[in-house]
Amino acid sequence: MSATGAGRPLLEVTDLKKYFPIRRGVFSRISGWVRAVDGVSLRIAPGETLALVGESGSGKTTTGRCILRLLEPTSGRVVFDGTDLLSLPARAMRRMRRQIQVVFQDPYGSLNPRMRVGTIVREPFDIHRIGANRRERDEMVAALLRRVGLDPGMRDRYPHEFSGGQRQRIGVARALALRPRLIVADEPVSSLDVSVQAQVINLFIDLQEEFGIAYLFIAHDLAVVERIADRVAVMYLGQIVEVAARGEIFRNPLHPYTRALLQAIPIPDPARARERQVLRGDPPSPAQPPPGCRFHTRCPSAVEACPRIEPPLLEVTPGHWVACHLHPGPEVGR
Amino acid sequence: MPRILEVTDLSTHFTTPEGEVRAVDRVSFHVDEGQTLGLVGESGCGKSVLALSLLRLVPPPGRIVSGRIVYKGGDLMALPERGIRRVRGREIALIFQEPSTALNPVFTVGYQIAEGLIVHKMMKKKEALREAARLMEVVRIPDPGRRVRDYPHQMSGGMRQRVMIAMALACRPSLLVADEPTTALDVTIQAEILDLLRNLKRDFRLSLILISHNLGVIAETADRIAVMYAGRIVEEAGANDLFARPKHPYTAGLIRSIPRLGDAGPEGGDRKKRLAAIEGTVPDLLRLPPGCAFQPRCPDVMRECREHVPGLRPLGDSSDTVACFKHHDPEGRPR
Repeated sequence: MSATGAGRPLLEVTDLKKYFPIRRGVFSRISGWVRAVDGVSLRIAPGETLALVGESGSGKTTTGRCILRLLEPTSGRVVFDGTDLLSLPARAMRRMRRQIQVVFQDPYGSLNPRMRVGTIVREPFDIHRIGANRRERDEMVAALLRRVGLDPGMRDRYPHEFSGGQRQRIGVARALALRPRLIVADEPVSSLDVSVQAQVINLFIDLQEEFGIAYLFIAHDLAVVERIADRVAVMYLGQIVEVAARGEIFRNPLHPYTRALLQAIPIPDPARARERQVLRGDPPSPAQPPPGCRFHTRCPSAVEACPRIEPPLLEVTPGHWVACHLHPGPEVGR
Repeated sequence: MPRILEVTDLSTHFTTPEGEVRAVDRVSFHVDEGQTLGLVGESGCGKSVLALSLLRLVPPPGRIVSGRIVYKGGDLMALPERGIRRVRGREIALIFQEPSTALNPVFTVGYQIAEGLIVHKMMKKKEALREAARLMEVVRIPDPGRRVRDYPHQMSGGMRQRVMIAMALACRPSLLVADEPTTALDVTIQAEILDLLRNLKRDFRLSLILISHNLGVIAETADRIAVMYAGRIVEEAGANDLFARPKHPYTAGLIRSIPRLGDAGPEGGDRKKRLAAIEGTVPDLLRLPPGCAFQPRCPDVMRECREHVPGLRPLGDSSDTVACFKHHDPEGRPR
């Protein structure tokens, strides 16, 4: 498992942008653009988990959807295993989807309520004509359901008969069906109860170990991310502000936003009271991002250059990238 | 310490076509003056219905079937409707999870804060609006003189939750019940709201009931903690004690199952560290298992757990309580 993202990446995203038009008036004239994703670059090695973290409006979900081409990006490159996904015609993209699967946040909205669970999980086999016949496919479904911890005897039930945690397992089974090499998981545990959330996190960890799947794990809960990620990318208002290996980012966060995020997490232990720098103010709208560094309006350590010049994402120590004027280049002897 | 609220054997049931749902089942707890009680539990455990029950606001088909709610020495259950209306807002105020639906979209936020003052405190509108702006400053809304004329949709989620808190504070209540007040918010905004609640509690000498599914939020805010499971309180203890020495297997499992920062093990080629999950799922209140509601998931289950429902009993001579046969037998004798 690569912790640094070195070697040939499985997925390489370069300067990805997605702008949504804001339309106003009777003629729906475009009056502006929401820059939901504004120049995101990232890479994921085979079998690696890259966590994409950020708060609402940071563009993390839009980034995931552009990679899957569930949304057409405004510009940028998405290269999967040497193939540029954005230039693929629809048919070829469909074939490519065998290798890139998705698990959504909401286990209630992402399963068709009128389909039996067995059919939902079998659908990928039917679509891609895998397995010699129906019986063989049904056997594969049973094996999958067992693998995610569900009783194959429940295959004739409908999604509403399952709890949230079980439904998320069904979503995972469906994503797993075609033995993908990458799963984009968008907040897969955030709608689950605490006691059930742990079960599903464990399932993700076990499946990666068993099948060597790479994850783009989109989440806002950093404690969950610390469990599952090899590397972490932090997003703020459409841009990545810091990327580093898991241990590095939690031990040595450099961007003031990453620090604030880490400090904001309430600690489930009353004996460990702590110092906290509370951020003042709300994140600005991605339709009108502040000039210069987008975080400068809330940053406790902003300097004179911050509102004027946008800081580039620079590698300050091997594998640790940060976009902040306080860290203007390689740091030696730290 | 004097008790501001003492709830005894409170039960709230919902009559549904499928049967009687005991959303709150013989719940007892107390809140000391100036203290924060954290009420923690997963979805469907009855914690929100309990909050509504305290102010007798349970919507039909729900109803309070029994129990006493003694506030400052008087039983709220014995009050006529007029009397309980005077308690709501003026004595006990409620903050809900979803600030976007709890606010009225057609009135300015300033007016909505002022409304309570006009109704309860007979203030003139102009005076009430001035007080509203002052309260907005108290809850750290920037530029309150201007924003008092904003409508809810012009504000962010965090700002709307501040408006809710300002509304709750308007009539100077003694007890604030906050039901998942930060759940809809981002973590940096959540930190700010919790910080605000802690300061308000001190400045306004409030007592607080904070309801949350998030053990981190509870740990950082509460003096005492009550844990709910399937409509019942299964354990109540001081915050430090509950986290250090949980008595109920559900509490222990819950504390073990949450990921904490800095606890993920070494990175690199090693295996990623799995979490200690509680097996199974939260039971459906219509189909509760026999005996203790937690017994099908409990690692320490015994025969009597499947046959009898454990009552909430004191532990030794402390004011801590637990509902588990590991700590007392079916007759209530300590083990």
